[in-house]
Amino acid sequence: MKIIRINHRKSFNREDPNMALLILFLLLAAIATIFLATGLGPVSVAPDKVTKILLSKVPGIGNNIAVTWEQLDENIVLGLRLPRVFLGMVVGASLAVCGVTMQALVRNHLADPFILGVSSGATAFATLGMLFGVFAFLGQYSLPLSAFIGSAVTIVFVYVISRIKGRINMTQLLLSGVVISMIMDGLTSIVKLSAPNALGLHNAEFWMSGSLAGAKWAYLRLPLIVLAICMAVLMINYRNLNLLLLGDESAGALGINVRRFQKLLVLIASLMAGVTISVSGKIGFVGLMVPHFTRLIVGSNHKKVLPVSALLGGILVVWVDVAARMIIAPEELPVGILTAVIGGPIFIWLLKRNTTGKQ
Amino acid sequence: MNVRLEINGLSYSYNENNAIDNVSLKIKEGEFVGLVGPNGSGKSTLLKNLYRALTPDKGTILLDGEDLLKMKHKKSALKQAVVGQENEVPFNFLVEEIVAMGRSPHKKLFDFDNSHDRYMVHHALEQVGMEKMAKRNYQNLSGGEKQRVIIARAIAQESDLFLLDEPTNHLDIGYQIQVFDLIKRLKVTVIAAIHDLNMASLYCDQIYVLKDGKIVLHGTPEEVFTEENIYNVYGVHSSVTKHPITGKMAITFLPAGFEKDKEEVV
Repeated sequence: MKIIRINHRKSFNREDPNMALLILFLLLAAIATIFLATGLGPVSVAPDKVTKILLSKVPGIGNNIAVTWEQLDENIVLGLRLPRVFLGMVVGASLAVCGVTMQALVRNHLADPFILGVSSGATAFATLGMLFGVFAFLGQYSLPLSAFIGSAVTIVFVYVISRIKGRINMTQLLLSGVVISMIMDGLTSIVKLSAPNALGLHNAEFWMSGSLAGAKWAYLRLPLIVLAICMAVLMINYRNLNLLLLGDESAGALGINVRRFQKLLVLIASLMAGVTISVSGKIGFVGLMVPHFTRLIVGSNHKKVLPVSALLGGILVVWVDVAARMIIAPEELPVGILTAVIGGPIFIWLLKRNTTGKQ
Repeated sequence: MNVRLEINGLSYSYNENNAIDNVSLKIKEGEFVGLVGPNGSGKSTLLKNLYRALTPDKGTILLDGEDLLKMKHKKSALKQAVVGQENEVPFNFLVEEIVAMGRSPHKKLFDFDNSHDRYMVHHALEQVGMEKMAKRNYQNLSGGEKQRVIIARAIAQESDLFLLDEPTNHLDIGYQIQVFDLIKRLKVTVIAAIHDLNMASLYCDQIYVLKDGKIVLHGTPEEVFTEENIYNVYGVHSSVTKHPITGKMAITFLPAGFEKDKEEVV
């Protein structure tokens, strides 16, 4: 008996070192991304300078570093770029994890974070706020807050409509998501058509396309907290997420309370999508593509999918954002447009490769 | 023998009509119980009420003397395992990952997989003869192999009451025999919805016949499978004989033109 067990443990652990290696590699890539991406932009700062500036702010070793850079560089790095890069990381990770959650919830690869109409609701309310100043009383953060209110209102509607006899009906959930987002899109169009100012319209359009341009340190706190909490809850429940992919009935027979768990997932996914969209607008394709790509590498076990897709999502969004501010510098492209333009063809390629491989 | 499962006055309706209507039955430890009946007679609905995919409108279900409906989902999953007919998983899992899911009712929130879990997964795959396929992608298996993996998952679950919902529905005869032999060998208590009357006759100790949501007949295969009963339930003529090798009832269905009463007239 003992011999069998020892042999056996070996054969099972064969994958685990690879997994640790993969996570380590992605973590290093993420750190390298932070240093490199912080320097890149219309005004570039060399990586060694960035490193020095960043290290000088670390207590303990900061004092030993001689100031060889100009104040302007420091302002760009610390005031503009770093919050933007961090926000990109958090937004990308949130979108990817949110996509994973949605896909498990509806048991379909093609679900994305915005499938329940969260983005349309956020857009409608944010546009209203930008063009007419409806939410001006919220002060400096009226844009993210109005977007969040919009997504929250949408989710409440969708959730209430999709409940039948106390449980969420998946078909109703998806359909009510489609319908509510149509209504919200209509609302947005009405608001835009009756817009009093052209500049406001341009700003609104830009924000809706998904952008990290306005990143401030203060924008970082809420998405980071939400990401940390949601990620922790999901990781604790990784077995249940796996079971859910087998279908409601099998999942129930394997000991999870499916109704309660689905409600938890709707809450988590909409919280993440709502918070993310409120700070960055709608950045599409990340939540669809990253989970899909992750599953190609590590399979569908959520214990692996969640951390890997979070890291991949973060890294991807930061680099696409670098491209967004470099391509037509000093002007900026909305990052959401780029993720769609770059991500779409990659996704089609993956899809084609997969299906032809099977036949 | 202990009573494992006791159902009293169970009713469930999808719309207005009762899909199962006032059903009562008892299953003792170690029994292989078959549910047979025409399409739409309520076999699956009854099983779904037992494994909690549906909640009964009326009636009680006692599992080991305890009210199933008030039991925690985890606890009932430790007592009973389910093998269904549709086992498509639209995501790519390894065979061993699917089997390892059978361990989840044993796990608390912060538990990691331990050596016993790994042992059980390996043991279960060995039992169904799939240990060499552990690292294969589940999606690429054939229907019969998938069904064996699902049985391995039920074994890894370490439950000793199996609920089978037409487990051999899409399988050819080789796999059908293989699956039932495998389950019989496990010496667990079984309640199975079975379409094929000959299969039910070969493997079951007790038969319950459902028609329009009600239990119309109950007994051993010899008692239940008579030419008269089969005609009354399915409207089909048949010839039932005790098979010389198996000693079980063998049912041959008679298509139009071979009806027995005609022969008698001639």
